[in-house]
Amino acid sequence: MSSSPPDFLVHDEKDAVGVVVVENIEAGQRLSGWIMDADKTIDVTVNHAIPLGHKFALRAISNGDSVLKYGENIGHAVADIATGDHVHVHNLKTSKW
Amino acid sequence: MSELTFFGYRRENNRVGIRNHVVILPLDDLSNAACEAVANNIKGTLALPHHYGRLQFGEDLELHFRTLIGTGANPNVAAVVVIGIEPGWTARVVDGIAKTGKPVQGFAIEQHGDIETIASASRVAKDFLQAASEARREECPISDLWVSHKCGESDTTSGMGANPTVGNFIDKTDAIGVTNCFGETSEITGAEHLCRERAINKEVGDKWFATWEAYMNEVIEPNKTSDLSESQPTKGNIEGGLTTIEEKAMGNLQKIGKNARYIDVLAPAETPNKGAGLYYMDTSSAAAECVTLQAAGGFAVHIFPTGQGNIIGNPIEPVIKVTANPRTVRTMGEHVDLDVSGLLRREMNLDQAGDALIDMVIRTCNGRLTAAEALGHREFVMTKLYRSA
Repeated sequence: MSSSPPDFLVHDEKDAVGVVVVENIEAGQRLSGWIMDADKTIDVTVNHAIPLGHKFALRAISNGDSVLKYGENIGHAVADIATGDHVHVHNLKTSKW
Repeated sequence: MSELTFFGYRRENNRVGIRNHVVILPLDDLSNAACEAVANNIKGTLALPHHYGRLQFGEDLELHFRTLIGTGANPNVAAVVVIGIEPGWTARVVDGIAKTGKPVQGFAIEQHGDIETIASASRVAKDFLQAASEARREECPISDLWVSHKCGESDTTSGMGANPTVGNFIDKTDAIGVTNCFGETSEITGAEHLCRERAINKEVGDKWFATWEAYMNEVIEPNKTSDLSESQPTKGNIEGGLTTIEEKAMGNLQKIGKNARYIDVLAPAETPNKGAGLYYMDTSSAAAECVTLQAAGGFAVHIFPTGQGNIIGNPIEPVIKVTANPRTVRTMGEHVDLDVSGLLRREMNLDQAGDALIDMVIRTCNGRLTAAEALGHREFVMTKLYRSA
């Protein structure tokens, strides 16, 4: 177990997004995260305020690219997304319906 | 672990319940008033008003009967009074429940009126209640327990904390002979390839896939007017950070853990008949509809992981809420039975969270009231397949 609680979690090392697990994250904050399956820690600076439970990009994602979470495809980007950007319904869409 | 026990009510058919309700069950919408009057007369009985039962036909009518009979047959129910507008369909429900061996009696309102029916039914309900009040809990092996699972108002913390906790529970209890059940057909969309692979064999996996495909082709595709934004995922899911159905499905499927394999696919409200194991039930993903169907399938206790804070209960099957969302714990803690938000802070691991859930389930089985029971949540919602004739 780590000494200080993580700001965000990542399910799988292949994932393009992390999930904020604390409240009141503001734009420009440098966050520390835990990649659960690999048990590694990473740091990322976010470009937006990210609410608890919301996602941000761990790396740049191009418009049209598949987005991985849980190591699985959860939809595709509908805009170019920079590292640290909020990822939600405005830039990520389902590929199912 | 296999020596775990709980204290339950062993019924005439050897199934074990964890509550001891005397139910006043309406066959149809018209009979709700009489049932509620009987429950008001005889304190401690439980009326289950609902909206349907008239001019239904075909598969929809069969599901109506299966749901009512299954509800009365559930081992959390000691005895049942059934009231319907006419005697024919009323007798069909009474006869179905009577196969369990438990006390059940039917009353029809036509040619008697509400007042005479309420008087006659109240006398029987009083006898049933007094007899039920003498039932005593006995120590039962954990393999006598049937547990259903469904998540709701999920968010990303569900997939990271609450649902994997349930998965840990299922992996551990499947191995010691507990009968578990999950469902939510539309909500597996995006993870259907993974769910299909979790079947015990190809035949069962193919049966599951055909069930999923039928729901998509017969319910979703003909009726959808958009990409289901705000329905699946829901507005609450989106507020909580879930973006797509694929993401929600991946989180949902964390509930079945890593090792357990489902051994059969049940129709809505169908009772398992292949022995202990993990079952899939074809249900809607709407909380009250799903839990009502699972209770009618015979499940005694329900585990409900939530993110944003779904508040559902069920009148006969206690619903245990689990959340990993620290804001939900803070803002609506009165609805939470088990807080596993420590998982997100790395203060606890999944093994510990799963053990804490097993402990809470056993305490609930032994008689501890759930948050939903204490708060009076009794959502009883019949699934209707199509318009009546």
